[in-house]
Amino acid sequence: MSSLKRIGFALLAPVIAVLIAVLATSIVIAASGSDSSATDFWSVILSKPDNRLLVNIVNQTTMIYLAAVAAAIGFRMGLFNIGVEGQYMLASYTAATFAGAALLPGAVNILAALVIAMAVGAIWAGIAGILRTTRGVSEVISTIMLNSIAAILVGYLLDQHGEHGGNQVRTKELPESSQLSGWLPFEKPDGPIWTLGLLAVVVGIGFWVLLNKTRFGFDLRATGASQTAAVASGIKVNRMVLVSMLLSGAVAGLIWMPAYFGSAHSYGTTFQAGLGFTGIAVALLGRNQPVGMVFGAVLFAFLSTQSNTLTFQTDISPSIVQITQGVAVLAVVIAYELVRRYRIRLEQRSVAKARTAPAQEVAA
Amino acid sequence: MSTTETQLDKCAPSPRAKRVAGMYRSYWLVLLLAVVGLSLVRIATGADDISAANTLRAAILSACPILLAGMGGLWSERAGVVNIGLEGQMLLGTWGAAYFTYHYGPWVGLLGAAAFGAIGGLMHAIATITFGVDHIVSGVAINIIGLGATVFLAEAFFSDLQYGGPRQLTGLDGLPFVTVPGVSDALNNLNDRGWFVISDVAGLLAALTTRISVMTILILVIVILTSWLLWHTPFGLRLRSCGESPAAAESLGVNVYRYKYIAVLVSGSLAGLGGAFLALVAASGFTTNQTGGRGYIGLAAMIFGNWNPFGTLGASLLFGYTDALRLRTPSAVHALLLLVAVGLLAYAAWRFYRGARVAALVLGLLGVGFLLWFLLTDTVPREFTGMTPYVVTLLVLALASQRLRPPAADGQVYRKGSAG
Repeated sequence: MSSLKRIGFALLAPVIAVLIAVLATSIVIAASGSDSSATDFWSVILSKPDNRLLVNIVNQTTMIYLAAVAAAIGFRMGLFNIGVEGQYMLASYTAATFAGAALLPGAVNILAALVIAMAVGAIWAGIAGILRTTRGVSEVISTIMLNSIAAILVGYLLDQHGEHGGNQVRTKELPESSQLSGWLPFEKPDGPIWTLGLLAVVVGIGFWVLLNKTRFGFDLRATGASQTAAVASGIKVNRMVLVSMLLSGAVAGLIWMPAYFGSAHSYGTTFQAGLGFTGIAVALLGRNQPVGMVFGAVLFAFLSTQSNTLTFQTDISPSIVQITQGVAVLAVVIAYELVRRYRIRLEQRSVAKARTAPAQEVAA
Repeated sequence: MSTTETQLDKCAPSPRAKRVAGMYRSYWLVLLLAVVGLSLVRIATGADDISAANTLRAAILSACPILLAGMGGLWSERAGVVNIGLEGQMLLGTWGAAYFTYHYGPWVGLLGAAAFGAIGGLMHAIATITFGVDHIVSGVAINIIGLGATVFLAEAFFSDLQYGGPRQLTGLDGLPFVTVPGVSDALNNLNDRGWFVISDVAGLLAALTTRISVMTILILVIVILTSWLLWHTPFGLRLRSCGESPAAAESLGVNVYRYKYIAVLVSGSLAGLGGAFLALVAASGFTTNQTGGRGYIGLAAMIFGNWNPFGTLGASLLFGYTDALRLRTPSAVHALLLLVAVGLLAYAAWRFYRGARVAALVLGLLGVGFLLWFLLTDTVPREFTGMTPYVVTLLVLALASQRLRPPAADGQVYRKGSAG
């Protein structure tokens, strides 16, 4: 197959999915009978974001991308780490508590907090990994349970050890020497692009190298493609499950760190929950590919940031973009499946043609 | 297999039948032990709350939505489709219940909730059955859509209503409650006496006869109907065969796609009804994100109940009970630690006797841990009680997974015609 055709096939599914998502969203808006029409909605969403929103989109993209990589590491080998949400919640809380205590000076404090975040995320994911490898427990169920346990545990710990002020609870404020604000592309009120957003770049490149240039990455993809073939060629699947669960959890631990060191400085109402599930959706949208997920992360960050302006200009609820995002994910996986089936049929046809042609020659 | 063997099989009860009979006996034994244990703990610690009729009534209220979600999971998984989207379907149900109850009354509200849940089920069915998408992936997407859709629809339709708002709708007509006259008073009276075992059983019966929602009765009917339909009719056999071996089912002329569609649609409607219970019975109205993870707990209850309707019922009651206790006196929960510790130690001894050393050791350590926890503290933080369903499910999966038997083709994508 020519490379042009291959690229066409790769782009076909996402394009169909985005079209379906746009269509579904427009229908829902029309059916809801709101005063603003679907065209109003799209003109607001597609308008050029102002500087403050642009910064916001970049910052959100980095966190969503980290979450997507965390999910994708497992997905690549057919391992469903639904627990990214719980892993980054627990990791964020622990890291924030540690960094807030200011046991170490300045930059060392940051590094130590990052290591702790990764470790906590890895441990929480590792529980599911160990349950899967030693007891055969489905990681889907165990990570869902661990999500809920993490949420309750964090709520309890925060209530017991956090600083109460008014009706809010938060961890101790990060000392100024450890704060990492970032780069100001515009005026000061527009806000900075967080320094630790670079983590997303590092992790993205690391993920690409791991997948394509290392033995582990090869084993990971092989296990995902066919577990029986992987076992037959000597890959220790149990070890792979555990290691990829730990890696997935470690990356999950980093998700909220850019925001924490960049602007939040404490874990409390500022914590942005839900990124874990967004990450799963983006990983699916980007086909678990390091580059594909960049586009997915930008799309999701763009949609959710732009939706915040909806309330000022229309009477459409911003939560509509959640429908858009959900439909896009569902549509993209369906579209990939359809394209796959279509390609198989094409292949079968070309093989059949190649086989019948010589036979006819002989007959002639 | 030779003919003589088949005849032999027919004469003697199969090992499976024996095991099933044994299982039912052990269910009753466990129930009896639980009641006696509960009673002993109540008398030893003076925490009357743990078997008071009010607590048990609250437990039943908490259990109902979990049970409906669990039944939803059961229907779909028995046909081989894993439905992680229960949470999203329940959420759609809460909105459907609120909208239709507001405009047409509670009975139509139930239908609306079931219909909205079924829409979520239909999406899941189209994606997983027709297009062969991975079941988990589709479920995750449906949960995202369900959450977004309820928030969006609530803001679009409830903002301008009386008692409404962008995030809630109260003042809905409720469903009627039933009290069995005479019996209820007598049982409540008996429950207050504090007699060993008798008062505890009376508490349970009083909870079942005092101000019980018609929807609770409906749910019990659903459980019995599910059990009958799936295990005692040709329809059920075919549906379950799609979850065990779809290729074999298809080769015998079962329309696998149709049965899977039916199962997932029923699953969605049951989840939707679970949402209706939350909006109409358990609370006084609709709020956004009302389920709070109950779809997932329902899934856990189904697994804990071994993909079996009455097992799911028992698990839901257990989870509902812990939920009810969480909202009551913390000292009651503290008292229960003793029961858990004794239960775990006894179970550990039994497993050790049966030769499962490692499991026995883990269970024993857990039991000692709970005992120490009981002896060294005075109260249990409320939050920890809320963890019970999740921790119990993890423990059951980890320690007793060989006793669980999910449908053989559960979660596998099946494509029509692949039977050959």
